[in-house]
Amino acid sequence: MTDTDRVRHRDTKTAFYLFTQQKLPACKPVLTPAWVITIFLFTGFIFIPLGLVTLRASRSVIEIVERYDTECVPEPFRIDKVSYIQDDSIPKNCSLFLKVHKYMKAPIYIYYQLDNYYQNHRRYVKSRSDQQLLNGQKYQATSSCQPVEFNNARPIVPCGLIAWSLFNDTFTFIRERAELKVNRKNIAWKSDRDHKFGKNVYPSNFQNGTLIGGGKLNPRIPLSDQEDLIVWMRTSALPSFRKLYGRIEEDLDADDVVLVQLMNNYNTYSFGGKKKLVLSTSSWLGGKNDFFGLACVFVGSSSLILAIVFMLLHLKFQRPYGDKTCLPWNRKSLSG
Amino acid sequence: MDSKTPVENLYSVEPALNSSSRRSNFSIPSKASGGNSIREVNFSDLGSKPVRYGSRGADSDTYSTSQKEINDEDARLVHINDPVKTNERFEFAGNSIQTGKYSILTFLPRNLFEQFHRVAYTYFLVIVVLNQLPQLAVFSREASFMPLTFVLLVTAVKDAYEDFRRHRSDRIENNTLASVLVNDQFQQKKWKNIQVGEIIKIQANETIPCDMVLLSTSDPTGVAYVQTINLDGESNLKTRYAKQETLLKIPEKEKVTGLIKCEKPNRNIYGFQANMEVDGKRLSLGPSNIILRGCELKITAWAVGVAVYAGRETKAMLNSSGAPSKRSRLETHMNFEIIFLSLFLIALCTVVSVCAAVWLRRHRDKLDYLPFYRRKHFSGGEEDNYNYYGWGLEIFFTFLMSVIVFQTMIPISLYISMELVRVGQAYFMIGDTQMYDESSQSRFQCRALNINEDLGQIKYVFSDKTGTLTENKMEFQCASIWGKDYSGGKAMSQDQEDGYFVQVDGKVLRPKMKVKTDPELLQFARSGKEMKECGHIHDFFLALAACNTIVPLILDTPDPTVKLIDYQGESPDEQALVYAAAAYGFMLIERTSGHIVIGIQGERQRFSVLGLHEFDSDRKRMSVILGFPDKSVKVFVKGADTSMFSVIDRSLKINVIHTTETHLYSYSSLGLRTLVVGMKELSTSEFEDWHSAYEAASAALMGRTTLLRKVANNIENNLYLLGASGIEDKLQQGVPEAIESLRTAGIKVWVLTGDKQETAISIGYSSKLLTSKMTPIIINSNSKESCRKSLEDAIIMCKKFTTISGTTNNTGRTSRAGLTPVALIIDGTSLVYILDSELEERLFQLSCNCSVVLCCRVAPLQKAGIVALVKNRTLDMTLAIGDGANDVSMIQMADVGVGISGQEGRQAVMASDFAMGQFRFLVPLLLVHGHWNYQRMGYMILYNFYRNAVFVLVSFWYVLFTCFTLTTAISEWSGVLYSVIYTSVPTIVVAVLDKDLSRRTLLKYPQLYGAGHKQECYNKKLFWITMIDAFWQSAVTFFIPLLAYWGSTIDASSIGDLWTLAVVILVNLHLAMDVIRWNWITHAAIWGSIIATFICVIIIDAIPSLIGYWAIFEIAKTRLFWLCLLAIIVAALIPRFVVKVLYQLYTPCDVQIAREAEKFQTQIESGAVEIEMNPILDPPRS
Repeated sequence: MTDTDRVRHRDTKTAFYLFTQQKLPACKPVLTPAWVITIFLFTGFIFIPLGLVTLRASRSVIEIVERYDTECVPEPFRIDKVSYIQDDSIPKNCSLFLKVHKYMKAPIYIYYQLDNYYQNHRRYVKSRSDQQLLNGQKYQATSSCQPVEFNNARPIVPCGLIAWSLFNDTFTFIRERAELKVNRKNIAWKSDRDHKFGKNVYPSNFQNGTLIGGGKLNPRIPLSDQEDLIVWMRTSALPSFRKLYGRIEEDLDADDVVLVQLMNNYNTYSFGGKKKLVLSTSSWLGGKNDFFGLACVFVGSSSLILAIVFMLLHLKFQRPYGDKTCLPWNRKSLSG
Repeated sequence: MDSKTPVENLYSVEPALNSSSRRSNFSIPSKASGGNSIREVNFSDLGSKPVRYGSRGADSDTYSTSQKEINDEDARLVHINDPVKTNERFEFAGNSIQTGKYSILTFLPRNLFEQFHRVAYTYFLVIVVLNQLPQLAVFSREASFMPLTFVLLVTAVKDAYEDFRRHRSDRIENNTLASVLVNDQFQQKKWKNIQVGEIIKIQANETIPCDMVLLSTSDPTGVAYVQTINLDGESNLKTRYAKQETLLKIPEKEKVTGLIKCEKPNRNIYGFQANMEVDGKRLSLGPSNIILRGCELKITAWAVGVAVYAGRETKAMLNSSGAPSKRSRLETHMNFEIIFLSLFLIALCTVVSVCAAVWLRRHRDKLDYLPFYRRKHFSGGEEDNYNYYGWGLEIFFTFLMSVIVFQTMIPISLYISMELVRVGQAYFMIGDTQMYDESSQSRFQCRALNINEDLGQIKYVFSDKTGTLTENKMEFQCASIWGKDYSGGKAMSQDQEDGYFVQVDGKVLRPKMKVKTDPELLQFARSGKEMKECGHIHDFFLALAACNTIVPLILDTPDPTVKLIDYQGESPDEQALVYAAAAYGFMLIERTSGHIVIGIQGERQRFSVLGLHEFDSDRKRMSVILGFPDKSVKVFVKGADTSMFSVIDRSLKINVIHTTETHLYSYSSLGLRTLVVGMKELSTSEFEDWHSAYEAASAALMGRTTLLRKVANNIENNLYLLGASGIEDKLQQGVPEAIESLRTAGIKVWVLTGDKQETAISIGYSSKLLTSKMTPIIINSNSKESCRKSLEDAIIMCKKFTTISGTTNNTGRTSRAGLTPVALIIDGTSLVYILDSELEERLFQLSCNCSVVLCCRVAPLQKAGIVALVKNRTLDMTLAIGDGANDVSMIQMADVGVGISGQEGRQAVMASDFAMGQFRFLVPLLLVHGHWNYQRMGYMILYNFYRNAVFVLVSFWYVLFTCFTLTTAISEWSGVLYSVIYTSVPTIVVAVLDKDLSRRTLLKYPQLYGAGHKQECYNKKLFWITMIDAFWQSAVTFFIPLLAYWGSTIDASSIGDLWTLAVVILVNLHLAMDVIRWNWITHAAIWGSIIATFICVIIIDAIPSLIGYWAIFEIAKTRLFWLCLLAIIVAALIPRFVVKVLYQLYTPCDVQIAREAEKFQTQIESGAVEIEMNPILDPPRS
């Protein structure tokens, strides 16, 4: 072995040489039937239990859903609900009785649900000014808030369509004549309260225009404490959505009847939106939704079926693995 | 040698070298590689009387047009020594060069302008501009500008750096000094200030600043030697001449005036036409009178010339443009898919706008007060519509906005990724030690960066022979002298070394290269002239030493008493012969214009060169008339056997002629290049006749070439046969194995050579191109009719062989399934009648059925014609490989051109797409790198289509749930970063590093190359499968979260983050599933990308001014989020996995089986394989 050979030999060991020669040590997995079957079995055994567990969690959630948009309009007005809701002179209070079927453990979440309400509409989503929400009237460039930017040439705080259309139905819950304790604090994200909505920004000139979109705000409370607004401003992803209203911090027993006294102020009648009141407990997974559990069970069982199919296929048509005689040019020489 | 080869064909080759030059104006002169190739050198002298030199190039038949008048309109008039007048009417370019494209001021606009020439960037720009319209502002300004700016910036920085380097080299060159005649005095002047018409003086070893016509040189006969290595890479010296009429003028003393009328600047470095009027005489100028920019003056002490082309009009600058850009086949196919994707994009946008139209129509009464639409606007007190332009326009805007949102459907990033990947692949090809030529220390070169993947689909290889299959290092092997064969020269014993040196002034001269000698012949050569036999041997070697155009150069060695002689010449054959003569004691020591000095057995002898008839392709021989010290005059002739036997005096010693012919036949069967040497002694009267005729012919102004040829033909007859020489052009290392591998890989190898048929056939056999199993079909025809007939016969014969073997011969163990392979051998003359006529189609049919095609005696343009013949009729990819200027046309014609950087200069390399040192590197280049590159690129394109489609489709699904208003849940920054950070690195890394099979397997089973031929890695079917898969995966990604969160409190940003992460993880895992080899870089790229995505999403959600502030943290707290991610990935990948597994297990492709074999059998076989490693890779080191 000459010197140069030795140098070459040493060179071949270095990682860089291996890299330039594309010879880096590498793992090269090859799919064998055993691997394939194992993978499918594994997926099946993970997903079926997972699905069952999530399904169980979803089933354990007790949910009371009550649609009230039609019921809360008195019979004579039901022909023209829009004029009913727009007429300020008619009182909007309304009572609902909710029957509790199963024991509900506190905290019980109160949601209002709106259907067919496109909070993700482009015009709507864009119509806000995050800078104004944080800095108040100091921030002037609020053109994104159009068409709810100014009223009588004065800026509106908070501006924009989203704030303008603030949901303003209110609910009180009475059980056996006693009002249930509803916690309306901490319903919005802490991050939003602290960093997105200004502590020194107070509503002004809000909802003073010709067209009233929704709720009014107390001009003496800073935006960071207007949790209903904050919740509303976190626009929902889908046209059917719930927003947190508060929490009932008492357990409800089976067969309890809860009287809900609500102010039916919010106008969804003009576009056929539905309003629902939801009382729901929660599980480790969140609310009631069977879809995910079913999907997992479906995925898991398909995997198991596939595993079985591949097992059968493997037994029936076995191919010698990595057999060079299968290569066409070798095959020919064998047959000939 | 196959016995079926008809012997009668062997000597029937007809010259056809120049007959096809009508095909185009391409004008690199043919390199006559058969026999001796001598050009543009003219030594002739009669005593001391000066005769005409030069102008020979202009008179040679290639340039015979120069006798014609150059049209005044087409001409450039150069007034010698009068730059002012020269430049007064036309501003000729100054001598300053600017290869840099930009200046500081013009950089920005020009660079941008050039970048936007690419359609992709323009598309990008249009989208960005659309996005700036207030009605269409889907993305914020910053987000929409970022990707384009990023790409432009990267490219601009790259361009700026390259340009900076060009500027620097320009500056150095422009400020070099040259001495220029100003006011009758030579003064130093910067190159950039030199003007056309000025007289310039060049000293030895200086570089020539511009193209100049020589006026005079230090040599009394007006010879100047130049080295053209910078121009065409040829390191040997070339001779240039000053005209006799200007030779004696001294510019400082007498004012030289005159007018040169020359052609317009052009790229042809071997051509020049002009005439010069000096002192009322009109002289014609040719390529041998001009010295070109970039050349260096050697040996000659000084040379004076007049600048005719300067700066960018010089031939060197006109030739400096790069290789023509080619487009890869894969990219061409890809364009169809891109068109489909564009249609698909339009379809998506149409769906969205139609739905939006329907929605607006249905809600038209409610729009005014809809809380999430609110068309009415009251701020001005007046009621008007806000941001609403009527139904029609709204729909139009929706359409445009959806184009903006779905723009990534057309993967612009793909083009950038492809460029990066090709650079990466090129890096590995260049660095491959198995393609490093140790003998010439040359690496593999990637000159074209956009056709890497074409290397994986080559179906036809067109190869030159000399210098490509062979080394083009000529070695004298054997001689047949006076009917006796001396071919025992195998060993070189130590004592021989003393045999060939000559002492001059106490110094020992030795030839630079040593040659193996035949001991017997050496003995005879040394023993003097006494015996008759020895007399012949003496004359034979004298002829070899004298009858050539070699220039001996004396080189110093560390030992002051020893000097080496280096023989410089343009023909390697001549060099070999002169070295051989030196080895046998006939050493050419000095050549001046009038005489030569030859050291005969250590004793210096001076011969006067009375005349020289140089080689031309009609006569195929050259002769020199020597005046001996004893006043006798002899003419020595050497030439190709066919032309020599017609001028040999047959009455003498007929048996000698016959034995010589037999020897010649056996030499050429061995693959040797043969030359026949003859001589005759001239009587005084004969000499006088010749001399006067020669004088007259040389002085003639019109038709000088023809006259000189006639004179030569008159003297070259009734020759006395001395013998013949056999020169070996050795096969390059590993060529037979390489050809075998290529053939097994299903690649058809065609050899196109200028050599004669016998030599070509014998090289064919020794390189295993032809095997004894093949049936050769030989076509040598002299007319169109006979061509047609032989082609038809050949087709019938070919069919017969194929069908017979199809029925009976099932046991053929070659890969060419049961066929008796047929080899077609065709010569240039026949090709003249076939190419460009209706017979082309027949030839193509025939050659398709032949496994080997060997074309001999072909001219350079015919080579290109043959390549075009195949290229235009099939979709298969063609590759041309060659090393000489004669291969340039072929290299440029083929889909892939490969240049061999060898003995014959850099012309081929300059024109090629890839350049390498040895032919055998073609095997790793195609079978290994080509295969890899093709597989990688094919996969990457499909993957990029898929990757962008998934992302776009997820956005599209969401649009269906937002009243078709193109809201994006995925934050716009994530959308921008998706193809920049989230998913780009892994594709590039995988496309550069992944290997479907190891190098060893690919070389062991060349058949695996068939994957490229069958288009296994990129085809329509794969594209559709990929798109369907993308559709399914996007649906799963979108709908699982949608249904899981339906009617929940989820906000848009949170679910958007979920979708972002799901898509990115999915897309990266999809890639991970298809990665074949996992090394640490792959791991880092894929997992790193996923982690980088998480980090980016976190950063984006930590900016309070963005709408999605803190969303990722809120949603990541919920368990459903993580379960959703898991479910999406599993559910989305299952169908792909199932299809993949089914394909791999039950209809495996060859590559798949080989992969498994590699995995499971390496342990068992590793020992054995190591030993039988392909010799292509590990050549025995000598």
